[in-house]
Amino acid sequence: MSKLISKLAISNARLIDPKSGMDTIGDLLLEDGLIAAFGEDLFAEGLNPDIKNINADGLILCPGLIDMRVVTGEPGAEHKETLASAGRAAAAGGVTSMVVMPQTNPVIDDISLVDFVGRRARETSPVHVYAAGALTKNLACTDMTELGLMSEAGAVMFSNGDAPIADTGLMRRIMAYSSAFNALISHRAVDPNLSVGAVAHESDFSARLGLSAAPAACERIMAERDIALVELTGARYLLDLISSAETLPPLHRAKAKGLDVCASVSINHLALNELDIGDYRTFAKLDPPLRGEEDRQALLKAINDGTIDVIVSAHDPRPAGDKRRPFAEAGFGAVGLEMLLPAGLTLVADGQLDLIAFLKAVTCTPAEMLGLPQGVLEIGAPADLVLIDPGKPWMCDVDNLLSNSRNTPFDGRLMQGAAITTICAGKVVYS
Amino acid sequence: MSNAHTISGLDTRHLLSIADLHRPDIDSLLDLGETYLDLSVQKDTRNNVLAGKTLINLFFENSTRTEKSFELAGRRLGADVINMAMATSSASKGETLLDTATTLNAMNPDLLVIRHSASGAPALLSQKVSCPVINAGDGAHEHPTQALLDALTLRTRLGAIDGLRIAICGDILHSRVARSNVQLLNILGAEIRLIGPPTLIPPDADQWGVEVFHDMKTGLAGCDVIMMLRLQLERMGGSFVPSKREYFHFYGLDGSKLNYAAPGALVMHPGPMNRGVEISSDIADDPDISLITRQVETGVAMRMAILHLLSQGGGDDV
Repeated sequence: MSKLISKLAISNARLIDPKSGMDTIGDLLLEDGLIAAFGEDLFAEGLNPDIKNINADGLILCPGLIDMRVVTGEPGAEHKETLASAGRAAAAGGVTSMVVMPQTNPVIDDISLVDFVGRRARETSPVHVYAAGALTKNLACTDMTELGLMSEAGAVMFSNGDAPIADTGLMRRIMAYSSAFNALISHRAVDPNLSVGAVAHESDFSARLGLSAAPAACERIMAERDIALVELTGARYLLDLISSAETLPPLHRAKAKGLDVCASVSINHLALNELDIGDYRTFAKLDPPLRGEEDRQALLKAINDGTIDVIVSAHDPRPAGDKRRPFAEAGFGAVGLEMLLPAGLTLVADGQLDLIAFLKAVTCTPAEMLGLPQGVLEIGAPADLVLIDPGKPWMCDVDNLLSNSRNTPFDGRLMQGAAITTICAGKVVYS
Repeated sequence: MSNAHTISGLDTRHLLSIADLHRPDIDSLLDLGETYLDLSVQKDTRNNVLAGKTLINLFFENSTRTEKSFELAGRRLGADVINMAMATSSASKGETLLDTATTLNAMNPDLLVIRHSASGAPALLSQKVSCPVINAGDGAHEHPTQALLDALTLRTRLGAIDGLRIAICGDILHSRVARSNVQLLNILGAEIRLIGPPTLIPPDADQWGVEVFHDMKTGLAGCDVIMMLRLQLERMGGSFVPSKREYFHFYGLDGSKLNYAAPGALVMHPGPMNRGVEISSDIADDPDISLITRQVETGVAMRMAILHLLSQGGGDDV
């Protein structure tokens, strides 16, 4: 009996595997948390009536999303978001694996915190949670953390949160040291001295609004430095949250040289531009700031041609009190776990984003970078799946969000496409 | 000692670097060192090879074992030995190295032993004094007498160095011992591996005639000898290495990591040791595995041979 319970069939689905490029109508069978079989007419000879069957009715069935950049408030700021509430929001957004950033209180800069996050997530979160360890102790940009011990404890990557490491000597030693463990180093490419006090993208628009702003060059300068250090040290490097067109040529050059350099972009920067801050809308105040329309177009093109590898939600929960303030004083960031998939699908429906390029950037590519077995439709792979209705029209209403915080710039927007059912480790976690 | 008196001098006037020595010089030094080592177990270890000669120990960095080792070597050969602790002397009053050299030269010493925190300081000194200069450690450059005593320790224990696989582990970047040992052991025919975190190995060290590893398991495979290096405490606070416990976990020598090496592998350390950081006590104190005490004993004999042969005169510029 228990064996039957652990089986689940999904029939008549549009099976998409972004890794292999497979896109076909067929059926899929899950067994004991793994993908047991899939293909056209898998159940042609009839399905055992004891096995639960979901008729997908032609909807897309693809690997669950892997979100490489999620900020939560656990430990330390549980009123913003817990691993449990983030996990529920993730499941509703078709995200079955998320990497939580180290900017908690205390900071995830020690094996005991890596262990804590893993244990709390297993107890409370419906989806897989992985910890990103801090690059420097307390994110203070002075002392390297125990990258080796945290790797062994399960940290899948390392990041300094939103605090860029300005000390080039320190960054060089971190990159060199991490190469011994083949650790993935994620870094916000921002020159902190060129962006002091900035709350917006430097442009005629922000100037008219009277907001202090940072030029896109502050991203390119740091990206060029980091790429030079990768060349020196052989580190694995993720350029975290690329936001401007002018950072793309150095990224392209680094890849052409064969360096282990990749880049992520937030869904916000693909869907929105600086005009969305409009009348001082603090819910669109992000770090990095929303940039010009030409930047957004260039980032979309870079996803479509593979120059940018990963799309993330950049989920950053903020209580209303942090956001309902004058623009310069308001907090940065937006929740995104429930918006990553629908906002991406809306861009696909609008013809701006290629469906397979989008799905690659949220499934198999992050899985490969993190060394995870999920993110693919393969026999024996973990049964982390999402059933997607790519055409479903709906309006974003913050009151319907499952996250503990509801700061989203998409409030009131018309969206097209949504997760219908989310399956994590063979279990339905959202429907 | 009559045979020792007939030994001719070296082909070099100073001992500043292993690069000063040709293979026959190295063999003469090790042969004479071995002779003195045999004699050291006798009741009266003194002789008068350096009788009437003055040896000045000029230590700009604090040292216990190297300074006392040279002092003892000098006294056993009958020399008058003066120790100048320059860290608390005129150098700390602002005197430059060359002024110190001129002052010392006026005292007509016969041998000068110098340790200095600046790489190249002994070479500079050697240009300004009229006696042989022995480098007892300069910055992160060289410590040739340590390398020679390490080689003699291995030779007396294992017979030959040719063909041994030797791992040098730890802070290669700041180590003068490693730089001298790499050169000397290469000349003597050993296969050398450097093992340590990438932050503590010079980026181009793979061009020194060694293999570089960042992982003890693969690096130690098949090694006959493991030389552990001291890791300065100030380098473990997150600058070069995140912490002591992480360093010991990945690079500290304990029983399980020793098992990666060849059966019967021997362990060396130039001292002073950080127990529980780069080496565990059970290994450091196991006389079947550890040559660490033996290195100290051999050090005196090796330095007697060095003082003896350099005092014979030699080199083109005499």
